[in-house]
Amino acid sequence: MKRMALLEFTADGIYCPQADVHLDPWKPVKRALITHGHGDHARWGHQHYLCTEAAAPVIRHRLYLTDNLETVAFNQKVTINGVNFSFHPAGHIPGSAQIRVEYQGEVWVFSGDYKLEPDGISEPFESVRCDTFITESTFGLPVYTWKPQAEVFAEINQWWRKNQSEGKVSVLTGYALGKSQRLLRNVDRTIGNIFVHGAINSVTALFRNTPMDLPPTTYVSAEMKKKEFEGALVVCPPSALGTPWLRRFDPYSLGIASGWMGLRGARRRRGADRGFILSDHADWPALNEAVAATGAERVFVTHGYTEIFARWLRSRGLEAGEVKTQYEGELAEIAESSIEDAKTETA
Amino acid sequence: MKRFSQLFTALEQTTKTLDKIKALIYYFENAADGDKLWAIAILSHRRPKRTVNATLLATWATELSALPGWLFEESYHVVGDLAETITLVLPAPTDTSDHTLTYWINFIKDLETLSIEAKREQILMAWMKLDAADRFVFNKLITGSFRIGVSQLLMVKALAQHAGVKENIVAHRLMGNWSPVENTYSELVLSEETQDHSRPYPFYLAYALEEDVETLGDPGDWQAEWKWDGIRGQVIVRNNTLFVWSRGEELVTDKYPEYASFLDVLPDGVVLDGEILPFRDGEPLTFNVLQTRIGRKVLSPKILKDAPVAFMVYDIVEYEGVDIRHWRMDERRSKLVEICGAGHPALILSPVISFNTWEELRSERGRARELLSEGIMLKRKDSIYRDGRRRGDWWKWKIDPRTIDAVMIYAMSGHGRRANLYTDYTFAVWSGDQLVPFTKAYSGLTDAEIREVDRWIRQHTIEKFGPVRSVAPELVFEIAFEGIAKSGRHKSGVALRFPRIARWRKDKPVREANTLEDLMAMLAES
Repeated sequence: MKRMALLEFTADGIYCPQADVHLDPWKPVKRALITHGHGDHARWGHQHYLCTEAAAPVIRHRLYLTDNLETVAFNQKVTINGVNFSFHPAGHIPGSAQIRVEYQGEVWVFSGDYKLEPDGISEPFESVRCDTFITESTFGLPVYTWKPQAEVFAEINQWWRKNQSEGKVSVLTGYALGKSQRLLRNVDRTIGNIFVHGAINSVTALFRNTPMDLPPTTYVSAEMKKKEFEGALVVCPPSALGTPWLRRFDPYSLGIASGWMGLRGARRRRGADRGFILSDHADWPALNEAVAATGAERVFVTHGYTEIFARWLRSRGLEAGEVKTQYEGELAEIAESSIEDAKTETA
Repeated sequence: MKRFSQLFTALEQTTKTLDKIKALIYYFENAADGDKLWAIAILSHRRPKRTVNATLLATWATELSALPGWLFEESYHVVGDLAETITLVLPAPTDTSDHTLTYWINFIKDLETLSIEAKREQILMAWMKLDAADRFVFNKLITGSFRIGVSQLLMVKALAQHAGVKENIVAHRLMGNWSPVENTYSELVLSEETQDHSRPYPFYLAYALEEDVETLGDPGDWQAEWKWDGIRGQVIVRNNTLFVWSRGEELVTDKYPEYASFLDVLPDGVVLDGEILPFRDGEPLTFNVLQTRIGRKVLSPKILKDAPVAFMVYDIVEYEGVDIRHWRMDERRSKLVEICGAGHPALILSPVISFNTWEELRSERGRARELLSEGIMLKRKDSIYRDGRRRGDWWKWKIDPRTIDAVMIYAMSGHGRRANLYTDYTFAVWSGDQLVPFTKAYSGLTDAEIREVDRWIRQHTIEKFGPVRSVAPELVFEIAFEGIAKSGRHKSGVALRFPRIARWRKDKPVREANTLEDLMAMLAES
């Protein structure tokens, strides 16, 4: 009899039959192992949740969980019906993990979302050797190559200073969870005051009592006067674009920080003054580097340019296939999906 | 070229007109005259000739980046722009360069006579010493598809401020036959004298009237004419030579031999604005008739017989060799009547529609379709002849388009601003229980609707063929169009003029979309 696969791709999500658990499932299940707190990976309605200690505060906060969330440290082994599970840093956002699954000597790794470059706030990516690697491919095309983070922040700082000298407020968009804190952590906080949108304020508050070195920020409240924003940086989620909320900052310059800004068409379409190419997902060289570093002979490709990246890997001699999932990667970040979707702050 | 790429980047990094003008002036103030002239040429769509074909460029970029051909191809589909795709996939440069814009344009021109192997060597060398911004500009120059987010009007505005010359004069000087190779910056922009007798004036273009016509005030202040469906043109007689320009700034004198004898009836030093219009026995023909002769290199006697043209004259902008654009419209009109009275069979004065009230004019407009007119042009009697598209003094009051409800069956991703977004759709109507494609349409949806449709398409794809997807036949759209004609090239047997999406009929079940018979009935009426 053919042995069942260690992980299966089912209509509910990625499933481990031996342990009877799901990884980042999108339908309500009995027991879910969660890589990180973005809405397309951590969904509501499971009976039991398991994630890293670092990811827990956000997941607990967003899903209103009380006693059905268990946590583990990075690299700590959890055994369920003979299957060993462990979480390893994915470098995507604070607390984000890849999940290693081992049974009778066979090893699979599910990457969740990841990036290789350290961002100053997330536990840096650690490569994990495995036989089968399930990778994302949000930016799995050779046209996506990121500049080092320091160069991008130098551009952002320069833009902020220039706006300041022209009497404009600098409005910068990024996801409420992850990207916003990365922006806050890495901008030059000596340039001026920093304000945040309510959605970002509540998530950032969760990191305030951690070692993350964040600058002081002020929540933009309704009664604030225009004058208070002079020369300031305002960080808001993409869902604020095109809403009356922005009017109070006029005159302002609008910047969008996203991997999608790497393409001219996307930049022009969003009508932003500046697009900063900054992503929490791996670029093309990093995806290839990550796949190679696992030593995996078989690769499954989830969300992103799945068919293309899988075909590319096959052309490099790997056994690779695409898998349909409901993960969205960075799609909502430029609000290519409708504004309503972006409002739920999914990633 | 650094300076020019910086200008390009600066123009891309702002959506505000004032900032764009500032960036242009900064460039004009700092660039050498030769570069300035090339920048003006590029911004007014006078591109250097293509010397390397796009397929070769794609092949070489694929080789240099060590990618398989299919992967380059897929990348191109996503990026939607060849120059940009090449820029993004190439390895980092190994060398630097600070040559001027003019140097690189000449470099591209000099490729023309080289063998393919030598071209390849030159291009690879160029790529490896240009940084990303310069590389993109270089690729755009060489693929000849440079579109910069600056209108000609804006460029003229900046240049006028920089040169201290009035805007309408600059606009005029930039029209017609000139090239950065044969002219200098000071000759073109600063010189009072022109050697170019063929130089046309910028066309005054009108916006569509969107408010009620009553908002225009006293009908007595306005002149109404029919809006004809041909090609806008200018007829110039100077030095006893005739020149005919189309609105696309193309010299088309030889394409309309019917106009040659205008020389016998028009005085010297005259420039007329009008419409190149298919016309027989005192009546306009449909635009389709004109289309049959537009692209022809050789005009056979049969074509001339089947598709005759007249020049429907709207306005006069030069008289006795003097620019009279500042005259009032009614004064220009009197002069026009005087000049065109000579009775040439192909020189037709655009008739004025007489009316006393807006209500009367509205009922006249109802006759437009039977006259093969697109509607009514309204011109304020005291208006001067301005340049470019402007609001206020001239309006086009078009008739409502025809519409048909159609089903989306294919979608293709767009280019440029719409790259990686499904924006180009093919529509079908019912013929029995088959859906027959009959038109494509690209415009008419809002950005939010485009995103919604894009998302829907990704979720309802049946099959993919390269950049095209066939989708489940479920969405119904109302397609508006200006005209319908028989066509042997289309499966449906009809071709539409100016099709666009009027609205998304979310309320309409697919089965209730229109049929091919409905289209045929419209064809029979027209």
